[in-house]
Amino acid sequence: MGRERKVSEVSRRQRGVRQKGDGASPGDGLTLGMKIQDLSAFYGSFKALTDVSIDIQANKVTALIGPSGCGKSTFIRCLNRMHEVIPGARAEGHVMLGEQDIYAKSADPVNIRRRVGMVFQKPNPFSKSIYENVAWGARINGYRGNMDELVERSLKHAALWEEVKDRLKESGHGLSGGQQQRLCIARTLAVEPEVILMDEPASSLDPVSTQKIEDTMDQLKQSYTVVIVTHNMQQAARISDYTGFFYIENMGDPGRLWEFDETEKMFSNPDRKETEDYVTGRFG
Amino acid sequence: MTQSGAKAERQADAGGSNFKASASGRYGLDKAFTVLVTGAALVGIVVLMVLLVDVIRDGSTMLSLKFLTSFPSQIFPEDGGIYPALIGSLWLLGLTALISVPLGLGAAVYLEEYAEDTRINRMIEVNISNLAGVPSVIYGLLGLGIFVQVLAPVTGGTSVLTGALTLSLLILPVIIVATREALRAIPGSIREGGYALGATRWEVIWSHLLPMALPGALTGIILALSRAIGEAAPILVVGVSLYQTYATTGPFDGYMALPTQIYDWISRPQQIFQDSAAAGIVVAMAVLLVANSFAIWLRNRYQQRL
Repeated sequence: MGRERKVSEVSRRQRGVRQKGDGASPGDGLTLGMKIQDLSAFYGSFKALTDVSIDIQANKVTALIGPSGCGKSTFIRCLNRMHEVIPGARAEGHVMLGEQDIYAKSADPVNIRRRVGMVFQKPNPFSKSIYENVAWGARINGYRGNMDELVERSLKHAALWEEVKDRLKESGHGLSGGQQQRLCIARTLAVEPEVILMDEPASSLDPVSTQKIEDTMDQLKQSYTVVIVTHNMQQAARISDYTGFFYIENMGDPGRLWEFDETEKMFSNPDRKETEDYVTGRFG
Repeated sequence: MTQSGAKAERQADAGGSNFKASASGRYGLDKAFTVLVTGAALVGIVVLMVLLVDVIRDGSTMLSLKFLTSFPSQIFPEDGGIYPALIGSLWLLGLTALISVPLGLGAAVYLEEYAEDTRINRMIEVNISNLAGVPSVIYGLLGLGIFVQVLAPVTGGTSVLTGALTLSLLILPVIIVATREALRAIPGSIREGGYALGATRWEVIWSHLLPMALPGALTGIILALSRAIGEAAPILVVGVSLYQTYATTGPFDGYMALPTQIYDWISRPQQIFQDSAAAGIVVAMAVLLVANSFAIWLRNRYQQRL
């Protein structure tokens, strides 16, 4: 108890926490939003996504819904330049992270991926200890602060600390599915991103774990911008502030953003018929 | 479902009309197969046991500390020993491991993680597997041309370094193939997880992929080095000494080797040389055992980390 109080007495700047006007985070020091303009994505010659333009609001949760194969996962992977990791894949268009176009020639994809973190559908912890899982990303990015503190803080923000604090040296694989996913969230938080992308993070988990992850997301949006792809519409309605609906008309067409608005409107009174059909469960 | 209908189903279940009642034939086949498979394994073990017992019995007269520390002698064969051949083989083993392991791991990492899936690279993949089957004496000829003659100023001609370089070429394909298989077995989600944290490709490979691939790669390395230490043909071609008055002390010295020394003794008719050869075989197997045990220990250590 006493030790915790001492830690908080050390100034936030000394502990390496991002400050207002730090230079690392422009604007008011809170996290950044993203502005996407005319984004198209290709797998080789196949166009999977066409002309998506969307404003992701800072410190809000934006949910992306739509039937399978409409390009939601492709879209979200373009936001941290993970799409091009697949051989033959490429994206065209502009994605602004704050003031910076992440697809500019001068942009560094490695740095972008630290600032825009991603949690995947199936938990993929490293074959290392729980501590190392969280610490590794920070270490290779040159974290200069106290690593023990960072690990503890990240695990706490991911709502996993209480369950693992006595077994940090054990393998990450020894955790349950829900715990592994929260570990993946913790390691994403450890590199202090501005945006957190989540590609169906709870779809492979049981309802209890899903609830825990959803609670976490509510906490996360206070410090980060969150974009989540989900097939679970109740989940989207519950946790998000804004919702985007992706859709394709015919098989083989590229996916496009069909409608985007505040969640309440999307689920009660959407503009477009396909959106309404989808959220009311008439298809998809 | 009516009462009688349910009853009829249960009767059929009790081995009635639909399925063969007795499974004894199937159990019999199961047992026979178990016996056959165990027998197949036992054949290998029994042959190895017979070889070991035979060799130890024949060589027991010559095996001693003196045998391990003496030079071979034609005039006083009972005072002869295996010392320079043992030292030479240890030098070969060490240098070959030092050269082939980094090269093999590096080549496998390049082919698996960096190279694109083009036709040329697929051809390379097929040909590397073929290289593993090339007769070892051909590698000796290659070593003779390149390391002994062309690169003589660098390698010192017929030195133990040349021998190690030649053996490295021989075992490189095995290491590359084993490491590639081990890398391939790592799910792509690990790589993605690494990249998503803002890591470079090298950081992902060094921190995650190589440690995870190490157990599989070590299996290949163990097999490869075991083969290297027993090869006589390629080192004969690149100039292993059949007799030296000194033991190898540096990479540019000449060298003797266990397989060639054993061969030398076996081809002499006197019983004492046959016994010396048997003792030499025991020493060679002991070296192999120690080297393999070390590699297996290393592999188990990395496997536990997972």
